[in-house]
Amino acid sequence: MATMLLIRRFEERAGEMYARAKVGGFLHLAIGEEAAIVGSARALHEHDYLVSTYRSHGHALVRGTAPGRVMAELFGRVDGCSRGRGGSMHMFDGQRRFMGGYGIVGGNLPIAAGIALASKLKNADEVTLCTLGDGACNQGTFSETMNLAALWGLPIVFLVTNNQFGMGTSLERHSAVTELRSRGEGFGVPGWRCDGMDVADTHRVVDHAVRMARNDHRPILVEAITYRYRGHSMADPERYRTKEQVAQWRKRDPLDTFRSRLQSEGILDDDRYEALDDAARLQVEEAVQFADESPFPAPGSLYEDVYVLGDQVSGQYSFGTPQSPGDGDEQPPTEASAGEIPQQITAALQEADDASWQGAGGEPEQVEA
Amino acid sequence: MATMRYREALGEALREEMRRDERVFLMGEDIGVFGGAFKVTEGLLEEFGERRVRDTPISENTIVGMGVGAAMTGMRPVVELMTINFALLAFDQIVNHAAHIHYMFGGQARVPMVVRMPQGAGHQLGPTHSHCLEAMFLQVPGLLVAVPSTAADAKGLLKSAIRDENPVVFIEHESLYGERGEVPEAPTDHLVEFGRAAVRRQGSDVTVVGISRQARTAETAAEVLEREHGVDAEVIDPRTLRPLDLGTILASVAKTGRLVIVEEGWPHGGVGANLAALVAEQAFDSLDAPIQRVSGADVPMPYSKALEDVAYPHTRQVVEAALRALSEAPKVPAG
Repeated sequence: MATMLLIRRFEERAGEMYARAKVGGFLHLAIGEEAAIVGSARALHEHDYLVSTYRSHGHALVRGTAPGRVMAELFGRVDGCSRGRGGSMHMFDGQRRFMGGYGIVGGNLPIAAGIALASKLKNADEVTLCTLGDGACNQGTFSETMNLAALWGLPIVFLVTNNQFGMGTSLERHSAVTELRSRGEGFGVPGWRCDGMDVADTHRVVDHAVRMARNDHRPILVEAITYRYRGHSMADPERYRTKEQVAQWRKRDPLDTFRSRLQSEGILDDDRYEALDDAARLQVEEAVQFADESPFPAPGSLYEDVYVLGDQVSGQYSFGTPQSPGDGDEQPPTEASAGEIPQQITAALQEADDASWQGAGGEPEQVEA
Repeated sequence: MATMRYREALGEALREEMRRDERVFLMGEDIGVFGGAFKVTEGLLEEFGERRVRDTPISENTIVGMGVGAAMTGMRPVVELMTINFALLAFDQIVNHAAHIHYMFGGQARVPMVVRMPQGAGHQLGPTHSHCLEAMFLQVPGLLVAVPSTAADAKGLLKSAIRDENPVVFIEHESLYGERGEVPEAPTDHLVEFGRAAVRRQGSDVTVVGISRQARTAETAAEVLEREHGVDAEVIDPRTLRPLDLGTILASVAKTGRLVIVEEGWPHGGVGANLAALVAEQAFDSLDAPIQRVSGADVPMPYSKALEDVAYPHTRQVVEAALRALSEAPKVPAG
């Protein structure tokens, strides 16, 4: 609950910071997807790997990356978890085996499979959890990776966060087969489904999948049915869906649902919930403060980390750098800016007739062991 | 020293590095049971087994991407792509991922992998199997690019590439696989350092820089220039394009005052265009004549022998280019 609250409050605040031009570029928020993130990642051991997409703030947070470092990355600061080089879409925390957010849809799949292959080659007891969106299921890498993961018996779980839209194109408009859990089956990857709005159900199903991947060395695909409340990114006018639809899903809000459940079970009362929420808000406030106080990267650091340079380097590596990289920085200083002014955020929700919408959700299905 | 073919030298490099380092493993289409499309990996499956010599499905982007993931978590993958044209299917993983991961994650992750691929025309393989695309990879910061032209360099550069902490695009040439050369053998640990050009022939009249197979063409041209024209050409093979040993080239141009660049790739935005710009920027005063570029023709590679032959450089064009460079009178020294 605490982590879901942290992600919710973090994302809300990140959205505000974007509107205030503290954050540049694209900002993809995961509000509404907290259960899918927390329920799945909590099925991992500490030494397991997590690979995410461009919607990656929550994945860094759930792995334990300090919220301040995630916010600092959004702010483009030197203390960001990718030192201000990656931004919203490219969070990373190798220490916590969060192996990155990736900005290319489907680009993370082969990498995750490669990590799982390395685990297998090393005989290490490690599972890789790779998240992807419903849109990524139509990339060539999806098919290629499913085939290879099954062919080589890799310990990997693919979590399809089916939030019903590949950017602005709804599931039934981008996929001939909308039951995404079945999309790996032709390649030999069993597909299960969980209620991505329900953290307990997500955890139950993914935990089972992770165990199976670990013990049997085989890939499993889990489709988490979920929804994002906010636009694809902050620059999304959301003309492709109705307010009613969003409101309908909000009734199944993962935080509210889980709170009610814990209350009915007598585990969490209102006071305790408020305390958790206050703590989350405080953490986020501290994160904003930390990010604000962190300096921008020095212009002279522009060429750092393009290459891993050892002792025996010669020749010109980067255009405009000295022949011997040890000669120091002589790059012309450039203005550090807070990033581009965010595109106009419009809340224009079209009242388009969307009566045909049925959703792909429905009741989550039982795990077939 | 032993005399061996370029392909055997590459195979030896793989064998030695796999023996030396457990983390090194191979992935590629038909590299195992089939023995490799160009037989570079022949015999490695027998020695190292299926675990480390992995035949893959035809999924270039994904096998390169799996190499990236494995490299990020401590392995040393060497991925073979059957031709450089197929590498275009893996451009996303090579450019957006392998090349950028170290930088975009703030230096936390490394991608010590090698992607091997052959290039080159001359076998009538037409427009999808014959190009020389080193310039496309040269453009990408984060990648190292090797273009060995001799058996010894093929071995020494590949061994260095496998040990490097950066992603290396290792470009072989199809026409060189059968070429023989003297190659240092074990127990000599034959490494060729990246970023060190080889001066194949000393000369004082004109500098000829040859890329990939064209380094060999340049040598042949230098012999013709000497024999038939009394011209003393210096031939330089950069061996790696990133890092580039510009210093050796500039020093040679300072001596000869004339530069010919020979490559098999396309002229627009090519290796020669880039090198010509660098030399013009940094050694303009050394030049006694305009830089001459000899490149592949600006066309998709045709199938017909009659057309293919005129679509990439041969000795004659290099000789002519050198003579053009020499037709300009030397500058009169100031003062």
